[in-house]
Amino acid sequence: MVNTAEMKQSLEGKFDFLAGKVAVQRERRVFVEVPADRFREVLEFSMKELGIDWISTLTGLDEKETLAVVYHVSGAHGIVLNIKIRVPRDNPVIHSVTDLFPACANYERELDDLLGFVVEGLPPGNRYPLDDNWPKDQKPLRKDWKPAKAAS
Amino acid sequence: MPSVKIPIGPQHPALHEPALFDLTLEGERILEMQLKLGYNHRGIEKACEERSYIQDIYLLERICGICSHSHSTAFCMATEEVAGLQVPPRGQYIRTLVAELERIHSHLLWLGVAGHETGFITLLMYTWRDREVVMDLLAMLTGNRVNYGVNTIGGVRRDFTAEQLQQILKAMDALEERTKYYIEVAASEPTLAKRLVNVGYLSPGDAMKFNAMGPTGRASSVDRDVRRDDPYLAYGDVQFKVVTDTHNDVFGRTLVRVGELMESYSIVRQLIAKMPDGPVKVKAPRKIPAGEGVARYEAPRGEDIHYVKGNGTDKPERVKVRAPTMGNLAAVGKMLENNNLADVPVVIAAIDPCFSCTDRAIRVTDLSKGRTELLTWKELRQHGIEWYRREAGVDFSRLNKLLAAR
Repeated sequence: MVNTAEMKQSLEGKFDFLAGKVAVQRERRVFVEVPADRFREVLEFSMKELGIDWISTLTGLDEKETLAVVYHVSGAHGIVLNIKIRVPRDNPVIHSVTDLFPACANYERELDDLLGFVVEGLPPGNRYPLDDNWPKDQKPLRKDWKPAKAAS
Repeated sequence: MPSVKIPIGPQHPALHEPALFDLTLEGERILEMQLKLGYNHRGIEKACEERSYIQDIYLLERICGICSHSHSTAFCMATEEVAGLQVPPRGQYIRTLVAELERIHSHLLWLGVAGHETGFITLLMYTWRDREVVMDLLAMLTGNRVNYGVNTIGGVRRDFTAEQLQQILKAMDALEERTKYYIEVAASEPTLAKRLVNVGYLSPGDAMKFNAMGPTGRASSVDRDVRRDDPYLAYGDVQFKVVTDTHNDVFGRTLVRVGELMESYSIVRQLIAKMPDGPVKVKAPRKIPAGEGVARYEAPRGEDIHYVKGNGTDKPERVKVRAPTMGNLAAVGKMLENNNLADVPVVIAAIDPCFSCTDRAIRVTDLSKGRTELLTWKELRQHGIEWYRREAGVDFSRLNKLLAAR
């Protein structure tokens, strides 16, 4: 089974744009940021070569100019690989990974509801987690959203 | 036969949060399930950004009334990682001890719920009586039966005395004796097997595909346990077996949980035998530096994950929580497929979503007649019990009487 150092080495060796950019925070915690258009490649490589077969959740982040998603994935080796992608705030389009991880659907819907991501390729289903009557243009986890807005 | 749509929820007691299970039926058989969640979304993640780290511990502890320690510990671990704090060994052991006592109370609670949903009321009475033993322990150790308030950033707020640890050991002996009896009942009682075997089937392939976690996954051969795979707290210092099962059904989920109870008693004994001396916490700064931390925790229901991002102030930039029930609900649709309506209560209960004392009503719509009926959860449960009595001769009343006479 792959260990933490091997995971770093393997990712940096495989992808030029990751050279020197894979951060090992501690044993079993690997953080990496990849360009949004190369994300799918990195994820598929991790699943094929690095024993990744488990998605814990997705974290959406509002970073003012950009929005970011962290994919927390892991495997039987216990290493959590945190892959971050950034997309522009005015066009926050990401692609669904539900074909690889079916359990991901609600995590992706949450990105849409709370932060305003546009998730392409998401299978149809009920919105999550906000109420059906919640205004579509109000995204509560955006930093510029204040609770008073809900009342207006 | 025309198909019938039955919405179960959004308010009913077998769920951690209110949720709507939209079932499409053909006679008794379930064809499909559509899920609607979010009725109990409280905006806790947003609220965390507006409160200090210390305030957040208490807020996050209240995400769940059963596994409150799981959430506060995961949050503290993630924050400590960002701040670079090392919790002293005794603090780690105390956190682990409370974690295992919480698992014991949670699994005993579940066993009672499984008894209740199938009409085996004596099992409910027995297990919940036994659960009081561990609830009393938690109250003695922390001052509270739930929401223990043990954690703080950098360690724990209470130390345990030698006498208190002795009392825990005594209680473990009593509970182990009782659990052995439940294992015997589960293994030898045909009535129980008739209600649980092949019910809520989840194949190992589907369990892995949907990332089913905790006892739900382990009963379908998913050999994953954060305590072993990604050791945290004091789990690296103790020996335990990750209990898995190959039944792939509610019966398997029952065996996994009783097996885990036995492992928890052993972990508690090892922790007490090895309990190091020394301080229980380190002083934590009020302001947490910029950085990210990810903590995983094996809660009684499965993997709980917290992500914390600091920005150098006393308030986090972002807190993300994913509780295990949220992860397991994806697999429930698969479990319900081709099952009977009569099995719905026990299948949903078998992923062990937390109980809430909410109102509950189930609307039964017969599409062919355009008629709508209201069924309460109690009536649906009664339907399940009577359907099995009529169709399969499963009747717990003799066993209930027999056990009550013991």
